[in-house]
Amino acid sequence: MPKRLLEMNGITKEFPGVKALNNVSLHVGAGEIHGVVGENGAGKSTLMNVLSGVYPHGSYSGGFLFDGEECRFRSIRDSEEKGIVIIHQELALVPYLSIAENMYLGNERQRNGVIRWDETYDSAEKHMRLVGVSENPHTLIRDVSLGKQQLIEIAKALSKNVRLLILDEPTSSLNERDAQHLLDLLLEFKRTRGLTSIIISHKLNEIAYVTDKITIIRDGATVETLDKQTDDVSEDRIIRGMVGRDMSQRYPPRAQCIKADDALEISGWNVHHPLYTERKVVDDVSIRVRSGEVVGVYGLIGAGRSEMAMSVFGKTYGVHITGTVKKHGKQINPDTIPHAIKLGFAYITEDRKGDGLVLSNSILRNMTLARMDRVSKYGVIDNDSERSSAVEYKDRLNVKAPNVNQLVGNLSGGNQQKVLLGKWIFAQPDILMLDEPTRGVDVGAKYEIYKIINELAEQGKAVLMISSELPEILGMCDRVYVMHEGRLLAEYPIAEATQESIMRVILQTNHEEGEAS
Amino acid sequence: MTTTAQSKTKSRADTNLRQYMMLLILVLIILFFQVITGGKLLNPMNVSNIIFQNAYVVILAAGMLMCILTGGNIDLSVGSVVAFICACAGTFIITWKWNPYLSMVLCLGIAILIGMWQGFWIAYGRIPPFIMTLAGMLLFRGLTLMILNGLTLAPFPAQFLKFSTGFVFDSDPLQTLLNPFGLRNATSLAIGVLLAAAFIALQITGYIKRRSKGYEVESPLSLILKTLLIAAAAIALFYTLGQYRGVPTVLITLGIILLVYSFITSNTVMGRHLYALGGNEKAARLSGVKTKFLMFLAYTNMAFLSGVAGLVFAARLNSASPQAGQGFEMDAIAACFIGGASAYGGIGTVGGALIGALIMGVLNNGMSIYGLDSNLQQVIKGSVLFIAVAFDVVSKQRLLTPLIDRAKGMFSGRSRASNEAA
Repeated sequence: MPKRLLEMNGITKEFPGVKALNNVSLHVGAGEIHGVVGENGAGKSTLMNVLSGVYPHGSYSGGFLFDGEECRFRSIRDSEEKGIVIIHQELALVPYLSIAENMYLGNERQRNGVIRWDETYDSAEKHMRLVGVSENPHTLIRDVSLGKQQLIEIAKALSKNVRLLILDEPTSSLNERDAQHLLDLLLEFKRTRGLTSIIISHKLNEIAYVTDKITIIRDGATVETLDKQTDDVSEDRIIRGMVGRDMSQRYPPRAQCIKADDALEISGWNVHHPLYTERKVVDDVSIRVRSGEVVGVYGLIGAGRSEMAMSVFGKTYGVHITGTVKKHGKQINPDTIPHAIKLGFAYITEDRKGDGLVLSNSILRNMTLARMDRVSKYGVIDNDSERSSAVEYKDRLNVKAPNVNQLVGNLSGGNQQKVLLGKWIFAQPDILMLDEPTRGVDVGAKYEIYKIINELAEQGKAVLMISSELPEILGMCDRVYVMHEGRLLAEYPIAEATQESIMRVILQTNHEEGEAS
Repeated sequence: MTTTAQSKTKSRADTNLRQYMMLLILVLIILFFQVITGGKLLNPMNVSNIIFQNAYVVILAAGMLMCILTGGNIDLSVGSVVAFICACAGTFIITWKWNPYLSMVLCLGIAILIGMWQGFWIAYGRIPPFIMTLAGMLLFRGLTLMILNGLTLAPFPAQFLKFSTGFVFDSDPLQTLLNPFGLRNATSLAIGVLLAAAFIALQITGYIKRRSKGYEVESPLSLILKTLLIAAAAIALFYTLGQYRGVPTVLITLGIILLVYSFITSNTVMGRHLYALGGNEKAARLSGVKTKFLMFLAYTNMAFLSGVAGLVFAARLNSASPQAGQGFEMDAIAACFIGGASAYGGIGTVGGALIGALIMGVLNNGMSIYGLDSNLQQVIKGSVLFIAVAFDVVSKQRLLTPLIDRAKGMFSGRSRASNEAA
């Protein structure tokens, strides 16, 4: 049995009124990749914050040994000195600094406070090559794709002589190819350098693929640690541990309710990039959604899916938009957002914190924001009817909060997503465009959101669901469109679609383009 | 689950507590100066004075709050616009002898045009408000100097003055009726009693309505206590005013502005949109809120209220002077932030801004009566603003918790080191 690099024992961390961690233990062997899984709010991030010194020694009880030595970190700086580096879900890179400047931010190559630029760029380049990033280190971060930014974060960790690398949801914003590359890189570093890492993720297939051992945390306590060598680490097995019950059905069933007419028909849709106006982001796309139908739009990041939906929703994205939109066969022109809402459109953004919800406002105020006219007369709000509407939608969507006056910023990711859905269901749309409706949401809440989507379809609404998770598309949709680099590649009835067929059509296009150029 | 629910309701009680805190501090400041000035602060004539002195700040603070709500944006041109409107009023009424009423309407029209000009460039031209209104501050101060040629125009006719420096008439029948109270102006007490009665009635009907519909209601005891306290304070204020010359007309202007703007912010769709815009501009826009138009309105409205404040101020000084309104924008901004508005937008109330303005006003007045060195007065006002905002930031972000934890960690680290050394 290999030597243990990290041994955390009996960690308990309390916040006022909440026990976030209760006697949690985590043992990580040297040179292993260790997965940590659990529902949102189970305490994974808190545990990592204890480990990396965000919560200083003394603010929690229990203790841990790193490399056989007891650790009492006072700050992140202390843990980094030992070689423990954490890469957070939201990347901490400065967009207007170069790759190299970002890599040595806070750890500058310097003498007496003067930066040694040659050394900085040389060594940045060296570390970038290790992770397979071939960009010039002078490139600004804002010009680098999200996938490469994630790799640069890893290069940054390597430059700090990392001994234990912690990755918090490293692939949540990456497309499948970049995600695969990142995971393979971790395996390679494990093999060649004996790098130990801890990976936190909701994507169980990735966890099963890359890790040696998996620790499952539920409600702030360790449930079990599975060893890939000896235990069953199938997704269903892991989910059972996470939610404490069998999830035989991950996608709730839906009564067939598709009507014959096209509720939404978009044809010949073209959208140009708002800054680089000659670039086409959406190229001659035509899609249709019937009433009561859930239609998926799958594609890699940058396929132009969100851009298409947003350009239809009040021309929120892009310039030189051409094409026609028909609703129930009648041509319409939803050219501003208020107009689009009036025409029965709802666009539910993928970034609920960034542009979906007003976090500093209450559940009540968020619920009614998109359709204030339903609870007001002559511009004056009817407080009573607003309150009862908000309570009704909070209950209907099963938002877990003591009352509707709670600030949305205090809710968990899954409950925020439910408020966002509730807000747009309150707007009484006929056509819902859902953009990554379950991103960063735990398994239990996902199921509830799927049920809500089914109810909407059963009520005869047309649902367009954009998602980067193929299983979700296959489990939820009646039909799926595949988009790639702004163009529509294929359309499948769900019975004929498989993960393999969809990925193949995308990869083949890439291949052909490679040959053409 | 129950523990989190408890902690959340507790944090909500904290927010309510913070709102009452500022009111409590205002009361404490009043009591403090009442004692050290030997009762001069709440002397009827001085109460009247405080109202006259601070009317313009309250008016401006109501407008500034709208700007701050849009996202922590401020309007620096306020003082200059006040001066410009004073100069216009002076020129129309004193130099050109135009009809005062028409001139006042014209002045407000000019103010609205100024606001539309600045609002247009801020909302649709995307010029940062700070820069646009800094330009306005210089521009309108310069125009004021040009119009007045550097001179002061005075005096205004009585028709113009009575709107802002007059008092509500006294009536003989009331005087006879309320004779035993020995008031110089009996209408005042009558107004106070009527207002208090209306307030109590509103509170009670609201309570009954809410309870009959099954909504959450506060405990009857705290409601009764609160209502009676406010009603008593209102009667006391109007009784005091009655002992001097009665209700200043400007108090009515103020009352109307405060009511209208608190109604807009708390009960209208426009107000709700304003909070959403300041809380998350992108989310507001994607929800169909006309964010640019709201921004335009906020700045147009600010200039309109600057115009109102300009007319009030011109009447109070009974002159149009080129230096009028210097620093008014800072008073208004300070009032909003002391009153709990967030420097990032989306949080703040008209009532809070009023309390903030009163804290600054009473401080000013109290320190002057006490005869404190005017240099020191500035230091104290600055400190009050700092303490109010720092208090808010610290309690919201729990800024000090990590610092305290860290200090504890360092302490234990050091004691360990010394143990090892020993």
